[in-house]
Amino acid sequence: MARIEFQKLAHSYVSAPSSPADFALKEMDFAWESGGAYALLGPSGCGKTTLLNVISGLLRPSQGSVLYDGTDVTARTPAQRNIAQVFQFPVIYDTMTVAQNLAFPLRNRRVNKREIDQRVGELLEMLELQPVANRRAAGLTADQKQKISMGRGLVRDDVAAILFDEPLTVIDPHLKWQLRRKLKEVHERYRHTLVYVTHDQNEALTFADKVVVMYEGEVVQLGTPQELFEAPAHRFVGYFIGSPGMNFMGAHLVQDGLGIDGTEITLGGHWATVGRQHAKSRLAIGIRPEFLGVSASARDDAVPATLLSVQDVGNFKLVRARLGPHEVTAKLAEEEPVPTDGVHLVFQPEATKLYADERLVA
Amino acid sequence: MNKTENNKAWLLVLPVVLLVAFSAIIPLMTVVNYSVQDIFGPGEAYWVGTEWFEQTLRSQDLHGAFIRQLIFSGTILLIQIPLGIAIALAMPARGWTASLALVLVALPLLIPWNVVGTIWQIFARGDIGLGGWFVNDVLGVPFNYTANSLDAWITVVIMDVWHWTPLVVLLCYAGLRAIPDAFYQAASIDGAGRLSVFRYIQLPKMRGVLLIAVLLRFMDSFMIYTEPFVVTGGGPGNATTFLSQQLVKMALGQFDLGPAAAFSIIYFLFILLASFVFYNVMIRVGRGGDA
Repeated sequence: MARIEFQKLAHSYVSAPSSPADFALKEMDFAWESGGAYALLGPSGCGKTTLLNVISGLLRPSQGSVLYDGTDVTARTPAQRNIAQVFQFPVIYDTMTVAQNLAFPLRNRRVNKREIDQRVGELLEMLELQPVANRRAAGLTADQKQKISMGRGLVRDDVAAILFDEPLTVIDPHLKWQLRRKLKEVHERYRHTLVYVTHDQNEALTFADKVVVMYEGEVVQLGTPQELFEAPAHRFVGYFIGSPGMNFMGAHLVQDGLGIDGTEITLGGHWATVGRQHAKSRLAIGIRPEFLGVSASARDDAVPATLLSVQDVGNFKLVRARLGPHEVTAKLAEEEPVPTDGVHLVFQPEATKLYADERLVA
Repeated sequence: MNKTENNKAWLLVLPVVLLVAFSAIIPLMTVVNYSVQDIFGPGEAYWVGTEWFEQTLRSQDLHGAFIRQLIFSGTILLIQIPLGIAIALAMPARGWTASLALVLVALPLLIPWNVVGTIWQIFARGDIGLGGWFVNDVLGVPFNYTANSLDAWITVVIMDVWHWTPLVVLLCYAGLRAIPDAFYQAASIDGAGRLSVFRYIQLPKMRGVLLIAVLLRFMDSFMIYTEPFVVTGGGPGNATTFLSQQLVKMALGQFDLGPAAAFSIIYFLFILLASFVFYNVMIRVGRGGDA
């Protein structure tokens, strides 16, 4: 249970990095609050695992420092940092029984026997591993092995933080849900700082209080699931969170405001003002399908578009339409009518965002 | 469920049966043939039943050679397996130093048996051999493998260790490199010390290759012939006469083909039995593992 802080931290696997692309983690200042449940979300290869290994001390960052509760621990080993980490694929000690596997982190720290037995007992119960407690761990199935791995992560209750690196990859869906709930329970009970790496947005959004989105070695947004949904700080967040992803349309500055590429549409107001401040950047307008309405008649706030398809997906409808060169998607409630010809799209102004060079500016 | 009776599928096994027959059974039958008859020449063979076998099992010479052979194989296994593991652990894991270390370690394996014998025959000599001279004149310890049985033993054992430990090293090295990094990372997170990492990760993960190493080294050392033949010729006396040398002495030296054949069969069966036992013991030790 510690506040973990990065100061000017960056890491490169190349010995003499010359360009930003050489960095697996680009320079960042960041803090993980004590007791928080964080989901670390991002595509494969964006640096999630590197970041986790830097926190735990398996990897020493090439620059900057890691602080636990204000103490610089950059040079300390994982054992000295007293941290738990669970990996993507099960790691078990073949020659030990399930119970011995769970006891191993405690035994290495010379915890007394009674306490070990008690903790191991609790975990066996929680992870439903009692029936195999005294069996060799080597002969078990992949998901039982992964439960053992997770158990070893949870067995110490004094750790600074518990890090999970996509721990449920090898687990089948039913059990996945169950284990995720278990983890949440554990978090509520012990208030460990939890960092949970995943590339599954559902997993991230259901599990965490705070979601950290990474993209190409950078943390592009930290926020609650709702913040991520309503105001994606980076185009990648808009595209990655939510289903379907955010609609983006390129934009350029015109005489009296901000024009959407290839259309007659011009936006004024704060979009134009902020757009002008970023005149040299690549501009784009983004709106979530949820905030895009469809209307049959021409209105002041609606723009004409060509209907491409309507897809009924159970409790909502996906309407695809063409607006100039752009294809956009609107997500409508099941009962909302969709005009068969002459659709007009309605943009909710507060949900219409302006991005300059991928980043949210207005 | 009704099973269709069709034994034609047995025909599919025929190629293997033929292959094994020609590669193993037929050559072995020649030996069996000699072991149960006294053959003087073409058409002059007399059935002797198990006489040669009984004689072999009672022979004092063979008992001596058998005991020496057991001591020899046991000694070199006890040295080579731990030494091989230790060297493999100490070798660099990556980079050009890893390649260099592999080449250096593997060199003795590339040298023909006879040459190995010759190298050590000269190297260990007190007068012109660097090793023998060093022990005698620099360390001041009298050493003469042609006259002293203990010295002869030490020479033969060191030679075998030098020649064959690299095989154990290579096998262990391959086994070690196959362990995913996550295991070491997990051990580091779990606070395991160097010894625990060895005991709970490296050793269990090397079980498969160690099994191969023990089997190969046991079989090879149990059949050793060339090197001691070149270095000591089985002497002094018959201090370093092992089973193969005893066999050659009987079959070619004294031309006792019958007893030699009986002995060959016992020799073969013993190696088969010992390998079977080793294999089963080691499989049992690590049962349930997936290495």
